Amino acid sequence: MKSQYMIKPMIQTTNSELNNSRRRFVFGASAMLALMSIPFPKNAVANALSQSLSQLSGKVFDLSIDYKMVNFTGKSARATVVNQLLPAPLLRWKEGETVTLRVKNNLDHDSSIHWHGIILPTEMDGVPGFSFDGIKPGETFEYQFTVQQSGTYWYHSHSGYQEQIGLFGAIVIDPATPDPVIYDRDYVIMLSDWSDEAPENIYAKLKKQADYYNYRERTVMDFFSDVDKNGLANTWNARSMWNNARMSDSDISDVTGSTYTYLMNGNPPQQGWQGLFKQGEKVRLRFINSSAMTIFDVRIPGLKMSVVASDGQNIQPVSVDEFRIGVAETYDVVIEPEVDNAYCIFAQSIDRTGFTVGNLTSDASLHAPIPPMDPRPVLGHSDMGMDMSGMDMSGMDMSGMDHSKMAMGAGDMPSMDHSKMDMGGGDMPSMDHSKMAMGGGDMPGMDHSKMAMGGGDMPGMGHSKMAMGGGDMSGMDHSKMAMDAAKATVSGLGLAGFGSNNEIKHIDTEFGPQVDMRADAPKSGLHDPGIGLRDHQQQFNRKVLTYGDIKGLHPTYDTRQPSREIQLHLTGNMNRYMWSVNGVKFMDAAPLEFVYGERLRITLVNDTMMTHPMHLHGMWSELETGDADFIPRKHTVLVQPGSKISYLVTADAKGQWAYHCHLLFHMPGMFRKVVVK
Amino acid sequence: MNKTNLMALGLLSLSATLTSSAVFAGGNDDPLLTKVMLDQFEKGVDPQDPTQFSAQAWLGYDLNKLWLKTEGEYSNSDKQDLEIQALYSKPIAPYWDVQFGIKTDIKPTPNRNWAVIGVQGLAPYFFDIDAALFIGEQGRTAMRVSAEYELLITQKLILTPEVEVNLFGKDDAELGIGSGLSDVSAGLRLRYEIVREFAPYIGVDWRQKLGNTADYARSEGEDTQETQFVIGFSAWF
Repeated sequence: MKSQYMIKPMIQTTNSELNNSRRRFVFGASAMLALMSIPFPKNAVANALSQSLSQLSGKVFDLSIDYKMVNFTGKSARATVVNQLLPAPLLRWKEGETVTLRVKNNLDHDSSIHWHGIILPTEMDGVPGFSFDGIKPGETFEYQFTVQQSGTYWYHSHSGYQEQIGLFGAIVIDPATPDPVIYDRDYVIMLSDWSDEAPENIYAKLKKQADYYNYRERTVMDFFSDVDKNGLANTWNARSMWNNARMSDSDISDVTGSTYTYLMNGNPPQQGWQGLFKQGEKVRLRFINSSAMTIFDVRIPGLKMSVVASDGQNIQPVSVDEFRIGVAETYDVVIEPEVDNAYCIFAQSIDRTGFTVGNLTSDASLHAPIPPMDPRPVLGHSDMGMDMSGMDMSGMDMSGMDHSKMAMGAGDMPSMDHSKMDMGGGDMPSMDHSKMAMGGGDMPGMDHSKMAMGGGDMPGMGHSKMAMGGGDMSGMDHSKMAMDAAKATVSGLGLAGFGSNNEIKHIDTEFGPQVDMRADAPKSGLHDPGIGLRDHQQQFNRKVLTYGDIKGLHPTYDTRQPSREIQLHLTGNMNRYMWSVNGVKFMDAAPLEFVYGERLRITLVNDTMMTHPMHLHGMWSELETGDADFIPRKHTVLVQPGSKISYLVTADAKGQWAYHCHLLFHMPGMFRKVVVK
Repeated sequence: MNKTNLMALGLLSLSATLTSSAVFAGGNDDPLLTKVMLDQFEKGVDPQDPTQFSAQAWLGYDLNKLWLKTEGEYSNSDKQDLEIQALYSKPIAPYWDVQFGIKTDIKPTPNRNWAVIGVQGLAPYFFDIDAALFIGEQGRTAMRVSAEYELLITQKLILTPEVEVNLFGKDDAELGIGSGLSDVSAGLRLRYEIVREFAPYIGVDWRQKLGNTADYARSEGEDTQETQFVIGFSAWF
């Protein structure tokens, strides 16, 4: 599998060449794994009415926003829908064409539609209050813009909580030039979460009792079973940090399957979605996570998936068994299912409190078995921005390391127990730098993503055995042990494509009742499959996609080095259910200012234990995944708990843009206005 | 001090600090909310045992809340307790609020009024703490500290041990209160959350009067120690 992303397909190759190599790979893998999935005849009662997305194509679209009563749970509830559909109709555009979208609002409240991931003028972006007033009740707004991109995207309301109750739909843009992805058939797979509770009530409940929807809290029984397994002392020590921090290691999702029903293309799991294919067909599945609050882990037992696009943008194909899709992200995969077989498209929520399914088959009478959900994840110390117990430092001399700098949230965690750190001692034979992240001080360009040691203050750390020379180590890429001398002259900032070297700084506004945690040793989230997925390779032999696997198919569009870096901290107080950036919520924050035309880096530091999908409107987020020549473009970037991640932005779109966490109940506070001028 | 005036002042200062946040590109991040919590409403198993309640309510925003607390006890017309606190609550740390306002003891008579300053929050190891200092008329002072812990036996079956101590600065003979540590109580309640908002429970409550307070009780021919088994429910919305 490693070879899959070591090989760099040249963009000049013809489509068929590219396709052939992928075809061979995917075929081999699927033939091997297909044996594991045994379909059985479908239960005649179940799955009577599987709903598929209805599609509109052309240049002019009339969309009408209305209320509609829906029933996903056995109970009737009011949704906000487009053209009486939930999900809203799939819009099929063509790259290069100018589209006109006349949106009529028949609600009692203001509404809007935001075209998620679409590059367009600011007044067409559909964010009320930002160069656009929203669509008043009874009024029609005409969106018009030229489509400058291709791929899989989506659209949703940006007003109130309308998106949560159904106002979302898919966009597929066919490319103007031949598609480098070869496929015979494509399906959009829209994942979403539905609750009969009004979103305002869910939000109010979270404010009153933040763990309202968490029925996975630690119990006395868990404690006794841990004592049984690990002994009293170990159990006590393991719990002490959480107890001191007053945090829960089972706090994975704020809103869970206890109120949500998870939908695939608008179908609840009892019903499922169904897609058909014919013999020999390559099927492109366009996954879109249009949930309000739910991150999904997706797999198709028995099939390898070749991931060919992320957030609409083509990437160098990566063959995986499973991938995590954050709220608002999209992933396109190509699969080669075998005829006379049925496959389950299985999307389980990140916290394993529910799932949604689809049945992909060549014969409508076949129904793939639904696999059980994987074990629920439990947060670890590294998810709080500390990486201690799991650190393998046996080979290092860290006698002089300043541990006081690694303590979280000064004052909030008295008596942090460092005794669990296994650091060996004096000697450092066989030190493996490829697994280390020091991210700090004077070492720009180093990619040591597997280990976080905090912002730079490591006096006494034994570098003597590292064959690096001394002082200036900028531009060193340890994962490849190659140094680009020409580029190494960039000082202070890390090289484009390799992420930040800057010290992690918690500014004054991060200290106060509104912030309950600060990660002082955030690791890079790049090679982390994420909570609940880290052991899947080992345990189930499943290759899980990481951001580190993603390389653009197109060479980097803007090859300039970043001229500056903005470090933003994602902050919150879980207990009070308050969310912010740098400890300041949107209402109190000054806009972020970008200079028109500049190339800059944004480094996001996650000072919480939640996984946040951060979405920048109007401009690409070019994720620095370790290859300067093929930097992938995304519109939504998952920031792992207690971790950091960097991307580059070319500020090529004047105006006011929204920048926020796409978890709907984090968004009101964890939000910034970006002004490009 | 005039209670109504103080209350009005509290409300006024609260509303002055509240900012109206417009719905802007998403939901309102800090809506005006209320939470009413009937923490305990219970009756002793023995017919002689009193009916007791303890409730709180808040109204406000993330960082500014008007907080009401009340508790009371009724066994017969002679033996009644009822107190109400009206507080302004402001966070000072991630898990701690400082609260100040007034407390009035309506029963027993003569009634007593107090100014209150306290802290409420979550201590390490998930102890819910409420500690307050009361400053009354004629140089009276008092202090109350309570701690509570929730032990999850299952996700819905929850055992709650709690302790409370009361201290007074000087004797209040009319009410049978002595200076110093006056009483300590401990409770253990086992509740079942049918839904998050409603949980019936059974429990045991133990109270011990101490020092001068115990002396007053003995001189009145009352018990200095009580233990009772209780049945009740808690609810919030």
